[in-house]
Amino acid sequence: MKDTRPVNLDLTAFRFPLTALLSITHRVTGVIIFFGVAILLYLLELSLKSEAGFAEAQELLTSPLAKFVLWGVVSGLLYHIVAGTKHLIMDWGVGETLAGAAIAGRITIVTSVALIIAAGFWIW
Amino acid sequence: MVTSVTNFSRSGLSDWIAQRVSAVVLLAYSLFIFISLLTGPELSYAAWSELFSHTAVRLFSLLAIFALCVHAWIGMWTIATDYLTASHLGASATAIRFGFLIGCALLVVIYLLWGIQIFWGS
Ligand code: HEM
Repeated sequence: MKDTRPVNLDLTAFRFPLTALLSITHRVTGVIIFFGVAILLYLLELSLKSEAGFAEAQELLTSPLAKFVLWGVVSGLLYHIVAGTKHLIMDWGVGETLAGAAIAGRITIVTSVALIIAAGFWIW
Repeated sequence: MVTSVTNFSRSGLSDWIAQRVSAVVLLAYSLFIFISLLTGPELSYAAWSELFSHTAVRLFSLLAIFALCVHAWIGMWTIATDYLTASHLGASATAIRFGFLIGCALLVVIYLLWGIQIFWGS
């Protein structure tokens, strides 16, 4: 192979502005929920199986560790949804400017933090 | 047009579109579940299983699990081909990336079959 071929950018050489941090977090949460779906499907299956299964799922979710894990997955999903919706809106061509991205980024943070806190209250 | 033998469909553009369409489906389904959980009466087995007994809800669930598989596969493929590369991992990158993607593909298939079983099993 010729070594003059182009290589991908060396990401480790950059300092990340806010929008880049939000973007990488969207990516990380995507991976987290990809694996977290296993937990959600497990709970769903258990809770739909029978009256006893439903009670078992409720019982399971009384432990602090289980609550914390569920909250983690739900938080990842909430962030991914908020940032993903922003992404879709911007793909549509709305706010596709530097200033627009900065504003949208702030809205993303505030909205997802609020939702994540609310989810915490709901789970506990 | 650039084509690749390893992405989800035949081109990056159709992947891009598929990821957006599936995102909208997943968004709608997530909202549906959140709203059902929040606005319903105190959660009980009777109410919960009643909800998932409607054909429309089962179809929507099936569509969502299908969208999830498409969306997650494209997403994980993108990530694998961004980071598990020769410039990050050296010569063994191709093998590592293949192993990782096979794991992802397996999980996607498991989710699909599992979802079908949950929503249509009984
Ligand atoms: C429910 C399970 C979901 C999983 C497992 C999941 C997973 C992922 C993954 C792994 C990626 C790749 C990240 C990247 O390339 O940077 C991704 C991208 C994306 N997700 Fe999701 N996602 C889910 C739901 C959603 C929802 C509900 C939305 C809608 C708001 C959404 C919107 C997006 C968008 C727009 C992208 C593309 C980002 C880009 O092109 O850079 N996702 N998702």
